[in-house]
Amino acid sequence: MKESEKIVSSVQIEEKKRAKEKIQLFLISAASVIVFLGIWEAAVRLSWVNSQFVCSPSEAFMAFVDKLTQPNPDGAVLGVHIWESLKLALIGYVAAAVIGVPLGLLLGYYHTFDKLVNPIFEIIRPIPPIAWIPLSVIWLGIGTTAKCFIIFLAAFVPCVINSYTGVKLTNSVLIDVAKTCGASRWKIFITVCTPSAMPLAFTGIRVALGNAWSTLVAAEMLSATAGLGYMIQQGRALGRSDIIIVGMLTIGVIGAVLTAVLNKLENRVIRWRAK
Amino acid sequence: MSVDGKEKRVKLTLKNISKSFYARKEIFEAVNNISIDVYENEFLVILGPGQCGKSVLLNIISGLEKPTAGEVKFPSNDEKKVGFVFQKTAVFPWKTVMQNVEFSQELKGVNKARRREQAQYLIELVGLKGFENSYPRQLSGGMKQRVGIARAYCSDPDILLMDEPFGALDAQTRYQMEEEVLRIWEKEKRTVIFVTNNIEEAVYLGDRIILLSECPASVKEIYTLEALQRPRDYVDTEFLRMRETIEKNMDLAL
Repeated sequence: MKESEKIVSSVQIEEKKRAKEKIQLFLISAASVIVFLGIWEAAVRLSWVNSQFVCSPSEAFMAFVDKLTQPNPDGAVLGVHIWESLKLALIGYVAAAVIGVPLGLLLGYYHTFDKLVNPIFEIIRPIPPIAWIPLSVIWLGIGTTAKCFIIFLAAFVPCVINSYTGVKLTNSVLIDVAKTCGASRWKIFITVCTPSAMPLAFTGIRVALGNAWSTLVAAEMLSATAGLGYMIQQGRALGRSDIIIVGMLTIGVIGAVLTAVLNKLENRVIRWRAK
Repeated sequence: MSVDGKEKRVKLTLKNISKSFYARKEIFEAVNNISIDVYENEFLVILGPGQCGKSVLLNIISGLEKPTAGEVKFPSNDEKKVGFVFQKTAVFPWKTVMQNVEFSQELKGVNKARRREQAQYLIELVGLKGFENSYPRQLSGGMKQRVGIARAYCSDPDILLMDEPFGALDAQTRYQMEEEVLRIWEKEKRTVIFVTNNIEEAVYLGDRIILLSECPASVKEIYTLEALQRPRDYVDTEFLRMRETIEKNMDLAL
């Protein structure tokens, strides 16, 4: 009894140590942010840098609070900008995932289809999405459709490539298992290759999200009447660095939130994988 | 052939099977003119040195590969149903134990309640009760191979093909699984064709042992082990004698 109590107490001490270390690490991270903001604030207030070029963090925060309710000076409150951007990004992105993932899976599975599509895909693949902007303006004008199209292109490529590779990497023994169980070619695709490709397909979907979100800003900088990219652009035109910084940080935070949501979804879909 | 006065029924006939591959611009002969009769409900072991074409032979029987020459005949009925237990642990990592076992029945469109009942029986038979909803990553190597065995049984096969199923297991688990596979076979009699390169395993399991030569594989000798009573003892004199006889006759793998 004495011996086991000793073990329990030593385990508890270990556990407490670990918890303490965790707090310390968190404090280090927090300190890094605070010091960074502090130096920034000081640099502006003590006029080390020209306040025309960059606002202080406190000013940026005030601008953020202001933008929640004030449509001035760029024509819309922050919520409207966010909604406008999210709408564009999600339409283009979801379309890319819904078309890109099945296409990649099929290309990986059907050799003839692969050979048919691959040469064209290989030429189009390295073209950066923003290089499509002029053409899409000619084709689709400067409205929502054109921007969605550019975002679609940016998100489409990683969805296709990763799903394709996922199918190619399917363990051939598992395909043999399905064959000996009497599965047809299509059934093997559905029951073996597709689930086996899911982890890589999700990697593609995650990369695509980053691409979509960053391309969005580029698209909006060209032509828009609302949206986070538009807001940043207006900030520049008006010489308001606080608006620019609020826009940039909002883009960053929303990008991080979307990635976190996607990770949750991935863990649900691919529950079978080892953590 | 007859045992207990009963005529043994031939379940499967391999007739002059040969298989060659075209590899690196050279013809590579894997199997050379093998003819075997396999009897109903016997435990047939195909023993041969590593890389000698044993797996190729099983793939031909299962229909995964076509022979270059010769034929595989099922005299009883034309439709062949084989269950395959693979060398590497070939369980679907995204399916639970239950879903893995019922896979073949699901493909056939058997209704859920019925296939669940059957799969449950087999899961219990292979000793995995309580792990029905576990994913393969939570199982040990031996347990995964049990899933493979249950899945092969679940398609209700006429013939069970096992391709070095315990090759990747540690020695202790291997002995345990050999006993298990015999226990399962006694309970659910099937014709089993078991491929191995391990002489001890062959003598422990087989009713008959077909000894193959090195590549290209041909039948070198057929041993009938009916004199050895089951359960067999690894250190029994007769067991050891048989082991030695085969050992002397077996080609070395390079």
